[in-house]
Amino acid sequence: MSDELDRLKAALAAATPAPDPEARKAAIQLAQKNFAGRQGLAGGVRPISDRAENRGGFVRGVKDMFHNFGLRPALLATSSIAVVGLGIILVLPMDNLKPPSVNTGLQDAKVESTVNQRAKTEVKPVEADAVDNSMAPASEPPAVMMESTPARPAILDASPSPQALSAERGIAGAAIGQLAKQAPDDSFMRQEDRERFANAGVNPLEITAENPVSTFSIDVDTASYAYVRSSIMNGALPRPEAVRIEEMVNYFPYDYPQPDGDVPFSTTVSVFQTPWNSGTKLVHIGIQGENPVFADRPPLDLVFLIDTSGSMQDQNKLPLLKQSFRLLLSRLTSEDKIAIVTYAGSSGLVLEPTAASDTDKILAALDRLEAGGSTAGQAGLQLAYAEAEKMAAKGRIGRILLATDGDFNVGISDPDALTKYIEQKRDSGTYLSVLGFGRGNYNDALMQAIAQNGNGTAAYIDTLSEAQKVLVDQVSGALFPIADDVKIQVEFNPAMIAEYRLIGYETRALAREDFNNDKVDAGEIGAGHTVTAIYEVTPIGSPAIMAEPLRYQNKIKADASGELGFLKLRYKLPGESNSHLLTTAITDGDKSSMDARFSAAIAGFGQILQGGKYIGNWSYGDAIALANANKGDDPYGYRAEAVTLMRLAQSLAH
Amino acid sequence: MLMQTSDEDLAGLAQNGDADAFSLLLTRHYDLIFRLAFRCLGRRDAAEDLAQDICAALPAKIIGFRGEARFTTWLYRVVANAATDRLRQQRSRQKAGFAWGETEQLRRESATEKQAELIWLEQAMQRLTPELRQTVALVLGDDLSHAEAAKILDLSEGTISWRMSKVRETLRRIAKEEEAIR
Repeated sequence: MSDELDRLKAALAAATPAPDPEARKAAIQLAQKNFAGRQGLAGGVRPISDRAENRGGFVRGVKDMFHNFGLRPALLATSSIAVVGLGIILVLPMDNLKPPSVNTGLQDAKVESTVNQRAKTEVKPVEADAVDNSMAPASEPPAVMMESTPARPAILDASPSPQALSAERGIAGAAIGQLAKQAPDDSFMRQEDRERFANAGVNPLEITAENPVSTFSIDVDTASYAYVRSSIMNGALPRPEAVRIEEMVNYFPYDYPQPDGDVPFSTTVSVFQTPWNSGTKLVHIGIQGENPVFADRPPLDLVFLIDTSGSMQDQNKLPLLKQSFRLLLSRLTSEDKIAIVTYAGSSGLVLEPTAASDTDKILAALDRLEAGGSTAGQAGLQLAYAEAEKMAAKGRIGRILLATDGDFNVGISDPDALTKYIEQKRDSGTYLSVLGFGRGNYNDALMQAIAQNGNGTAAYIDTLSEAQKVLVDQVSGALFPIADDVKIQVEFNPAMIAEYRLIGYETRALAREDFNNDKVDAGEIGAGHTVTAIYEVTPIGSPAIMAEPLRYQNKIKADASGELGFLKLRYKLPGESNSHLLTTAITDGDKSSMDARFSAAIAGFGQILQGGKYIGNWSYGDAIALANANKGDDPYGYRAEAVTLMRLAQSLAH
Repeated sequence: MLMQTSDEDLAGLAQNGDADAFSLLLTRHYDLIFRLAFRCLGRRDAAEDLAQDICAALPAKIIGFRGEARFTTWLYRVVANAATDRLRQQRSRQKAGFAWGETEQLRRESATEKQAELIWLEQAMQRLTPELRQTVALVLGDDLSHAEAAKILDLSEGTISWRMSKVRETLRRIAKEEEAIR
């Protein structure tokens, strides 16, 4: 009797939709383009008889295929959101942002051809080890594909040798020998999730009487938010360790009061009721960097340090990076200079310092970039700093923009040695920012370390609209520091506050004594940047106090000031070595701006994603309501997008 | 002229660099790729995605077609294996296991009879391992014989029959559980 199977068959037939003509057309066109690309390759297609027998071949073919194309192009991600969200209409301003020079093809032909060349292996049926019917165990053996060894005989590897690649590009190779040893591990391993994150666990609750002082460096990175978004849009909640709340909060532009006077930024402190706990309050610190007139800015010397290693070939890496840099170019003037250094098997100067107005030359250089080979970040970095130092002159600002998926494999792969090097160079006056691309390989910990030590920002770029935000909307902020080594220290008043905790900034904690030590590095504020830090504080006598008071400790003296705490802030003006001090008393209140409440919604959302140790039953629904009520003008739609993300996360969590 | 050429001959021409032959071959079989991808993955967007990825890689992969089997047999195999691989990738990212379908939200709403059947389908498909799902997609979805499916998956015909009996077992178990709930 098999009516179950008949039912399944009928249901399956009913559920299968007709192919979408547009998707069909796009897929076929892409295939045709790739087919044409293959035919143009030197050497052409291998004769069929030239195939070696290799069991790993098929596996590798499939793996390669996934590696090359496994990540959904951004446009498709957008369309899938509407489906997952069921009724949520998401409008990302993708199309408007596309620069006219970018054609709509999803693949870059050049990158493609390199990629396809290496996939030239025979497709041979995988031999299941004769799974005999009678012998079959109760549960089936796992698919053979997973078991196969990553055999990769040299004869099958048709990818151009690193030497050949470098020679083609006219690059003087340095670390080729090392590269050759590294190269063969790639295809099989790299599809594993190699992302690493730099989180130090969630900040614990502090008891004011025991530890009244909290010290941290500001953080203007936004990488974590973009990462969380890309994860949720791919249909999975981000791993808790990938969530850094301060980066999520700081992703959004806020409109805090503008600074006046000599200090290049303003500090606004507000105290208001915690959305997720009726017994506590939030102390919200908002810092607004001044916005110098764009035309007055000093000229820039930019060195693009571009990772062209094999892992960058995905559609959302090198091709997206090229598009992003085109966007940036439109905002530069003839005073600005640009150089491009690549690093892969060997590093090389692709474009000597060129006036930014010479767009033809720069775009041609960008177009020549191809992914291939392993990564030698260190050598590339040295070359980039050398170029930056060549351009340096009084009144100019030098910055290296490192674009990578974080795969620093070759050369000095020890993160400590690498960051030490960057630290040395930081003092020479050249800033370093990191733009992270792609997923699956993104080495967050290393990127964080590099940007922090290079006095720069780290941003994660997953879509063209994100590139627009990071590179263009905030170009001034990302590129013009107005204050360096900004540190915050808050001393809470034990007579008023029983307990407190800093929400986020786990990776930015400083020792108490480091606050006054100008040798200790901290984050920078760029022009127009806003930085937000939020404490959750539990007043004395609140039912929300977690820790019981101790029996034998001295009673805390009453304090007549009524202050909740005292905020101290240190910063250096760019180029200076001595810091300035700002202080503000924190007084109780119950006033909050729309911006402050929105940032609280994001902080709550982040905490839910982290597992929500301190937020009780506060839910996605609450976060959505709070964020929705405080969207404000939202000129770029960032906040609306955040609400959409919260809704998606809500449905993923069920 | 080309229109009447067999798939196998077209594949041979494509291997020798004939772009028209390649295009025609893909035009003939895109729907096959998409449908099988959908039946394995259960979501239109995921299926379109996978179909596109397969198409993109096909110019390179077609070199591996040896003309011993029918072209569609070879193509089915490419798709089935790619879909299984993707399911495994998905599972490693999501705790939810091998998701299938996109109407989970409907469950709480009042479901029509048609939707009820769809929900049953999703429930059933989600219970199946990628191997069983692949087999179901070929045997039930594309109405292939056990022998044909065996050839595609490079297994013995007996293994296919055994897998289908596992599927039936799973369906019966679901039915029993539903009865128990009522």
